[in-house]
Amino acid sequence: MTGSRLGAARLRAPEVVAAVALGLVVVAAVAPGLLAPADPLAVAPVDAFSAPSLAHPFGTDESGRGVFTRMVHGAGASLSIGAAATLIGTGLGVLLGVAAGFGGGRLPGRAADAAVSRLLEVMFALPGLLLALVVIAFTGPGALPATVAVGLATAPGYARIVRSQVVRVRRSAMVEAAVVLGRRPGAVLWRHVLPNALAPVVVLATLGLGQAVVWASSLSYLGLGAPPPAPEWGAMLSAGRLYVTSAWWMTVFPGLAVVLTAAAATVLGRGLARRGGGAS
Amino acid sequence: MTLPAPTEPGRDALAGRASSAAPPTTDDASAASPVSAVPRRRGRAAAAARWLVGRVVGGVVVLWAVATMVFFAIRLVPGDPAEAILGGPGSQASAEALALVREQYGLDDPLLLQYLAQLGRLATGDLGTSYSLRTDVGGLLLDQLPGTIVLAACALVVAWLLALGTAWWATLGGRVAAAVSSGLEVVAAAVPHFWLGSVLVLVLSTQLGLLPPVSTGTPIGLVLPVVTLAVPVAGFLGQVTRDSLLDAASSPFALSARARGESTSGLFRRHLLRHAALPGLALSGWAFGSLLSGAVVVESVFARPGLGRTLLGAVTLRDIPLVTGVALVSALSYVVVVALGDLAERLVDPRVRAS
Repeated sequence: MTGSRLGAARLRAPEVVAAVALGLVVVAAVAPGLLAPADPLAVAPVDAFSAPSLAHPFGTDESGRGVFTRMVHGAGASLSIGAAATLIGTGLGVLLGVAAGFGGGRLPGRAADAAVSRLLEVMFALPGLLLALVVIAFTGPGALPATVAVGLATAPGYARIVRSQVVRVRRSAMVEAAVVLGRRPGAVLWRHVLPNALAPVVVLATLGLGQAVVWASSLSYLGLGAPPPAPEWGAMLSAGRLYVTSAWWMTVFPGLAVVLTAAAATVLGRGLARRGGGAS
Repeated sequence: MTLPAPTEPGRDALAGRASSAAPPTTDDASAASPVSAVPRRRGRAAAAARWLVGRVVGGVVVLWAVATMVFFAIRLVPGDPAEAILGGPGSQASAEALALVREQYGLDDPLLLQYLAQLGRLATGDLGTSYSLRTDVGGLLLDQLPGTIVLAACALVVAWLLALGTAWWATLGGRVAAAVSSGLEVVAAAVPHFWLGSVLVLVLSTQLGLLPPVSTGTPIGLVLPVVTLAVPVAGFLGQVTRDSLLDAASSPFALSARARGESTSGLFRRHLLRHAALPGLALSGWAFGSLLSGAVVVESVFARPGLGRTLLGAVTLRDIPLVTGVALVSALSYVVVVALGDLAERLVDPRVRAS
């Protein structure tokens, strides 16, 4: 049903642009050689710090590597870190949200709800990058810790919304009917509550992907994410930081890639929300 | 029986927040009787007291939980906790330093005893000693706190002005204005702080020479960091504000105000603004958190002293006592700001106040 609705609704221009932009980023992530055949790690000191030209459309960095080439090859790392973080965040969020919302009015349910709500309050009290930084303080820097840290930092937001969705669906007539018909709680959860509660999570995850890419690149920029030689957007920006006044292209273009990806994810997410709003 | 229509996720969260913020109902009998004005006032005072106690207890629980998590996290990380406190396995701490830490932290005592001792120290306001800076963490944070508060407060004001400005323009300016402002909000919300800061420095400092590239401590040096911190938050606030503004603009009370001859800008100022501000106030905790989290990046881009830069330095050097201190201070300020936002929401919205 959702599919036919998606097909029937008229596409808006910003959504088409966003889909194309995100599509390009995905192509760059899957097959970077198609868009930029050069080697992103090959050093050519002669060409260091060249301004944008035909040979190097976005200029070159301190080792003479093409910024465009590195950006294309960095899409995979940046996108997969963002996607993995979103997956961790939504997974944890669904787990916590269902634990809090599904128990209902009986004692174990209420206790679980209270415990999870407290936990979420604590996580909210260390907002965003702060929680991510505290996690990295214990694990040490790196691409994997940064991914997990961003995932953890986004989890409470998802959890709160999943909880409210689960509570809403659990009180609905169809769940009441299923319980009266003698369905076991596990079956009710699986057949009725989860499918209905998870529809908004898909929208949120799309919206959240952009935020995760921004946060992950921020951590790399601060020197806590992917280590320098790797062509990852945040790491490239971190390297460009030293030369920001002399080689502006090292800062401007990789940053544009982050902005573009995050904005495209937001536009698509909002489009999904608008369409799913009446149906899910 | 019809299922309630699913609302937009963000707004659903807002609704949840607003309803959970509703005050406990006052004594019905006294509130309902028009004669007994005094008991009614007393009932309201009792409700206010209950609200305050609830907030304080909730805040203490949050701080206790943060302290507990950090305490056990050090012991869960594989390896020697003494080494973790001194900066991880890479720090190559001397045997004497390790022994000193073991003694100071009582690491050879039973775990429960260590935990209680740690809580006791924190309860008396003793946040320990920073291992990278060799100074008292509490004093250090007190020095750093004002810089971050000034930055975040200015940014919050600027973000609200930007968000309300675009929302105002979008409601009054017709279709084109609505489309443009909506696009601006999406891009603003997607811009990473560090990139915006760098680009602003490039254009305004390096190219045009208008503003200093690093924070100098003067008001003019505050402009770039504040704008950098404010823009992404303004993007988010603008999206939420405009949704509720459009809802309010199409509601019956807006129509009747129009029918009474209210001008467009009068409608905005006297009727719609209150509705636009509400979800923003409910989000004040979120906005503050976002500013605090953004301050880490902005302070480091503009080389500005503050809590965020202190945390970054502490994380890079894995200075656990300092990290713990910043976490506790930020959690405390978050709890306070959420309570203030709740209070402001009650002042703006009579529906929340009335019980």
